[in-house]
Amino acid sequence: MNLTIHTAALPHDDPDASLAFYRDVLGFEVRGDVGQGRMRWITVGPPGQPGTSLLLAPPAADPGVTEDERRTIAEMMAKGTYGWILLATPDLDATFARVEAGDAEVVQEPTEQPYGVRDCAFRDPAGNMIRIQELR
Amino acid sequence: MCRPGWRRARVQAQYLAELARLRRVRDRIDREYARPLDVVALARDAGVPAGHLGRLFRAAYGRSPHGYLLTRRIERATALLRRGDLGVAEVALAVGCTSLPAFTARFTGLVGVSPALFRLNAADTAEGGTAGTAADPGHAPGGGPAAVARRAAIPVRNREAPRAAGSVA
Repeated sequence: MNLTIHTAALPHDDPDASLAFYRDVLGFEVRGDVGQGRMRWITVGPPGQPGTSLLLAPPAADPGVTEDERRTIAEMMAKGTYGWILLATPDLDATFARVEAGDAEVVQEPTEQPYGVRDCAFRDPAGNMIRIQELR
Repeated sequence: MCRPGWRRARVQAQYLAELARLRRVRDRIDREYARPLDVVALARDAGVPAGHLGRLFRAAYGRSPHGYLLTRRIERATALLRRGDLGVAEVALAVGCTSLPAFTARFTGLVGVSPALFRLNAADTAEGGTAGTAADPGHAPGGGPAAVARRAAIPVRNREAPRAAGSVA
């Protein structure tokens, strides 16, 4: 077996806002953008790491999702309890400063955690939690 | 003037915007839990009356803003007590609780044992060499992301969840 983690997905509710956040604030490159309106699948990823991507996708696009489930997902996204992802950087303070300057919602300033990591956290425009951990 | 479908969509959009405001209140509690925070100030900054905020918050997150703040403080206190280098009163202050009796009562109610006993037990476990190695398989598979462990470790009444150790590296 030789598996790599190729793509992880996060939901968006405003593709243009999410695209702007991942491209302009986090500095990701855009690798794909298909669909239109709210039904857009946007592939982004860190420059220099073509093997790993993040897919920004419309939530609950599967036709098997019921209206109730769709509403619940939209509410969880707004509440901030649905999607999240963990990124990592060798320079947490510089990364934090840059993302904060990009006017992102700060959830947590760089903090030494009791379980042995140092991290910070933001929200993306869709309400997903973006935790960033320091590599050391 | 207005079709029922449009009205429904508008009401739903307003509700989602309200939830996003609540999310910012909750994130602020997560960020500033160690400072003096009161619900009146949180509500004022969020632009809603305090009683209204309380009702909305409880409906969205299952507890009042004050209850969430205290739970957050107690969750952080368990981490500090496990470290073992701070006394109970110091820990209470460090997480923003200015009343030691209130802290002790809340801690005992949520965790199931008093902070002093919890600290003692944590020290015993550390000596036994098992501290931090037990993962809660339901919440942090394989000692997984610390952030999940932290969320999962938010105490619920009488459940003292062992915390997963390590990072994701």
